[in-house]
Parts: sequence; C-alpha cells; structure tokens
Amino acid sequence: MNPRRFPFTREISLAVMAYLYVPVVVLIAYSFNANRTATIWTHASVSWYGRILENPSIQAAAWNSLVLAVCAATAATLLALLAALSTRRDFLGRGAAETVLNMPLILPEIVVAVATLLLFVALGVHLGLTAMMAAHTAFCIPFAYLPIRARLDGMSGTYEEAAQDLYASRFRTFRRVTMPMLWPGVMAGFTLAFVTSLDDFLTSFFLSGPGTTTLPVYIFSAIRSGISPEINAISAVMLVVSVLLVALSFFLGRLRR
Amino acid sequence: MTDASVPPAVSIRNVSKSFGKGIYTVPVLDDVSLNIDRREFFTLLGPSGCGKTTLLRLIAGFETANAGTIAIEGQDVTAAPPFHRPVNTVFQSYALFPHLTVEQNVAFALVEQGLAREAIRTRVGEALEMVRMGAFARRRPAELSGGQQQRVALARALAPRPRVLLLDEPLSALDLKLRKEMQLELKQLQAEAGITFLFVTHDQEEALTLSDRVAVMQAGKILQMGPPREIYERPTHRFVADFIGDINLLEGEALPGGGVRLGPGAVVPLTCATPGKVTIAIRPERARLATVGEGTLDATVIHSAYLGTAMLHKLGLPDGSTFLLRQSESSGPPPETGSRVGLTLPGEAIRVLLQ
Ligand SMILES: Nc1ncnc2c1ncn2[C@@H]1O[C@H](COP(=O)(O)OP(=O)(O)OP(=O)(O)O)[C@@H](O)[C@H]1O
Ligand SMILES: [Mg+2]
Repeated sequence: MNPRRFPFTREISLAVMAYLYVPVVVLIAYSFNANRTATIWTHASVSWYGRILENPSIQAAAWNSLVLAVCAATAATLLALLAALSTRRDFLGRGAAETVLNMPLILPEIVVAVATLLLFVALGVHLGLTAMMAAHTAFCIPFAYLPIRARLDGMSGTYEEAAQDLYASRFRTFRRVTMPMLWPGVMAGFTLAFVTSLDDFLTSFFLSGPGTTTLPVYIFSAIRSGISPEINAISAVMLVVSVLLVALSFFLGRLRR
Repeated sequence: MTDASVPPAVSIRNVSKSFGKGIYTVPVLDDVSLNIDRREFFTLLGPSGCGKTTLLRLIAGFETANAGTIAIEGQDVTAAPPFHRPVNTVFQSYALFPHLTVEQNVAFALVEQGLAREAIRTRVGEALEMVRMGAFARRRPAELSGGQQQRVALARALAPRPRVLLLDEPLSALDLKLRKEMQLELKQLQAEAGITFLFVTHDQEEALTLSDRVAVMQAGKILQMGPPREIYERPTHRFVADFIGDINLLEGEALPGGGVRLGPGAVVPLTCATPGKVTIAIRPERARLATVGEGTLDATVIHSAYLGTAMLHKLGLPDGSTFLLRQSESSGPPPETGSRVGLTLPGEAIRVLLQ
C-alpha cells in the first residue's frame, strides 16, 4: 500500500460518490418505470418521455427556461467580460469592485429574490420573462466572471504588446489577439451562467407571472399534486442537457488551445 | 563617420525614465543620448537591471519617457503609439501568438499593413525561407522547439520590413551550441536584410562578436560607446574595463611632474590630467615578462596554465595583489612556478580609468 495515502481513501470516495449520485440514478431509473405510481416498479417503458413531449404546458415551460437561460447567460457573459477587462489593471477600489461583482455568490438567494420582487412591485415592473431576465443576468455575472478572469490572469500582456508592435491598433489587438486567447474562458463562463440560470428556482418562482413559468417552477407546482414519473422524465432531460452543455464547452475549450 | 544630411536610424536625445510615484520613484534611465546609424548592428550591453529593456521598450513605444525625445529616421516618435512606429521587436519570450499557426504569426503585421493576399503569401514564404522554417508553416508555436520559435519570432518581426529591429536578449533561452549558431545567422540576416539592429545582451562576448558598435550601460547611464575593439582596448571607466574580458586593475598615484607611481620605485610613464589616486588597467596579453629588476615591477609566479597557443600566468605583486599575464608561445620559455620575474607594462598598453 502506498504509505503516503490515508487509509480507507477508496472506501470513503465510494461512499461519497454513492451519497452524491444514488438519488440521481434512482430518479433516472424510475423515469423509465411504466407504473403510474412513481415509487412502485413494474416494467421498463419510455412512455413518460412521450408524454412530456405532448404536454403543452411542459413545452411552454421548457421554451421559457431556454429563452431565459440564453438571454441571461449572454447578457451576463458580456457584462462579465467587460468587468474582467476593466479590472485587469490595478486601480484604487479594484478589490471593492470585485467583491461587488461576486456578491451574488454569497448573498442568500431568498433574500435577493424577495427584495427584487418588492422592488419590481414598488416600481410597477410587470412580472414575467423580462423581469426574470434582469434578475437572472444579475446573479449569473459571477459565474461568467470567474472563468474569464482566471483566463485573463494567466495571459501575459506581452502578446498584446507584440500585436501592437506588429501595427495592430488597440481595437485590432483586442479582436485578433485578446479575444481569441480569452475565448475558452468566455465559453466556460457562458456555460456556467447558462446552467445556473436553467437550474434556478427561487428567483424565477417569485418573479414569474402568469404564462411565464420555467421548468423548475413547473416541476415544483406539479409535484404538489403528487409525484409522477413525468417529473422524473423532465428532470432526467434537464440533467442530460446540462451535462452535455458542460462537456461541449469543455471540449471546445480544449480544441482552441 | 556618416553623412550629416541623412538622419540616423535611431536618435535618442536626453531621455530619462523613472517608475513609480512620489517617494516610491525609481530612476531607471538617466539622461541617455545616442545615435544609431542606418544598417548598423548596435548593441546595448550591461548587467541585469541597468535599464536595457526599458530603453528598448521606450523605442518600441511600450513605455513613455519622462523627458527627452526619440526619433526614427528623422521622424519624431516620442509620443507615437507602438503601432505607428516603423520598428519591430523580437521579444525575449518570443511572444508568438499561440492560437495562430507559424504562417499566420508571420502574416500578422502584413495583414495590418493591408497588403493583398498574394503579396502576403509571397512575403511570408520569403521570411520563413530566410530563417529556414518553410517546412513548419502550418505548425502551432507550441509544436516547435526553442530555437525554431526563435526563428519564427525573427521572421515575424522581419516580414513587414521595419526600419529598425529591436532584439531583447533573443538568444538567452537557447543552449550554448544553438546560441553560437544563431549568433552567426543573426549577423548574416542583418547583412542580407540591410536593416538596423538594436540588440540587447548582458553577455559581453556576444556583444563583441556581433556588433558594429557597443554601448556599455550601468545603472541607467551609458558609460562608453564605440566599436568592440575600442571598448576592449581602450576602456574609459573602471566598470567597463572590469565588465569586458580579463583585465588587470592596479591602484596608483599620478605624480605632479608626470608619470604614475605603482609602488616604491615603480613608475610608469603616463600623463594624467590631475595628480592624485588613479586606477590603471592593462590586458593580460599586453604585459610582458622581463628579467628581474629590468621591468616596471618585480613579481612572483604563483601559478601557470597552458591554454593551447599561450600560457596564462598568475603573478603575485609586491603589494600582495595578483596579476594575470598571457604569454604567447613564440615569446620564449615560460618561467617556473615560484620563480621571480620582472614585469614590463608598456605605456601605450595602459589605460587610466575614470571611476
Ligand atoms: N514597470 C516597472 N515598474 C517598476 N520598476 C521597473 C519596471 N520595469 C523595470 N523596472 C526597474 O527598472 C530597472 C531596469 O529594468 P530593465 O528591465 O530595463 O533592466 P535590464 O537591463 O533589461 O535587466 P535584465 O538584463 O535583467 O533584463 C530595474 O531595476 C527594474 O526593477
Ligand atoms: Mg531586460
């Protein structure tokens, strides 16, 4: 045995893995259960996947979630990119600026969600997709910011000097050198923001108006009228989409290097 | 030396530069002036931290001077951004763009210059041929060895045909053998391309072999500037003499009536502007052995080493210091270790140094 290894490392890792993934595996398994009662196994079937495809409220909720995640992640990535570029050089208040940017990671989401709701109501903002986009963009910023910032920190300024030395103006330098070199970080940031928005329940729950339910909110309300295998199927689809996205951005990032 | 009607390739007038603010100010360049002629291979030589890179970055436009002016071929560029200066840089770290191929790296500046696609292809081909990297056009920088990256960096900087090429210790990352090879290639390239080279190094041997002229820097000042031979044979400062090659430094006293006294009874015939303490320098190959009592000084042979074509003797002087003497094979049999010898210091071989 390797003397530098702690005893039982393998056993503990296996236990942690089981702890993390058994619920997910059970959920996916039961999404293929033919029985209407979600907790009693009869035989395998994909009929619930067919059912969610036909259900118009699920379709609407999925579409809302997708539109919301794409818009919020795009806006958050753009803002995060600007923020990362402008906090590149040291200046007075740089630390404060970064803390403010990363605040959504620390603040309790329920507090922010309630506060946003109260503010929007006070301002007379119409609740719905637009309101959710604004709120989602805000809490997605740190998720997009951190990978971009990490990439930027690892990038020597010499490349940009070299570009300017080779007659590229500041804008051309940004387009031909800074941006392409930053791209993997931007991709990673976008994916993280996208998945975070897709997954969000609290903020969406408070800010969604009639007809603008997102998938997590739909699942929550559906589950109150009894657990059905349909919910297992939707959750499994969301899981697969998220994992695929993260994997895709990871591979794209590798390709660019 | 040059035609006064043609402005020099690079003209630096009274440039000073410091970093930081208030009490944290660090002066880095102190009133530097120099002219570099067209097609000259000019080298900045000095120890680490003396401000060589800073001077180069001022010329490239990455830093702004606190005072003074910089002109390139007669055109004032003191306030111009790097992309408006007709100079290119070979960076110490090469700084090849990792996301572009070798070909695209070399084409980078040509695209910015707005050349037609055909012209770009021809020029890139020529530049890569010049550094013998044609076969690697489609590779990424990460797939090249250090020497190959070095060549690509050179091709990339030469492709847009700059007026002046700035090279910041471009060979320091290479091993000794490759370094010697690249030195020769650089010199050849410079002659072929007909471009002014401003080269930075802290390696005195490299500076002497490659350059038409060398400027020796210390602590932000240029101490001496001239052809390698002059720097080697007639150093003006103690620092320059000490920095370049082997040399013997002797303390002496300039006498009011002329001559410098090195010890009791040992006077060399030199004239100094002001009497008082002076340091004199003499190269090991310029001193000669003599019979005891007939030289300038008497000395003891401490140690001798055979160098192939010559002998290097380490001599002990009466005041306890040591003296290196290089004796060529043709000048008679070498003295034995421990024996007493005379030491002749020919007046024309001695330099009186400034501190
Ligand atoms: N951006 C900067 N801020 C503060 N000090 C600096 C900066 N750049 C250089 N210096 C200081 O200026 C001095 C000269 O630096 P420079 O890089 O020009 O030296 P160098 O002669 O190129 O040395 P080396 O041979 O080690 O490359 C150093 O003392 C360095 O610490
Ligand atoms: Mg340097």
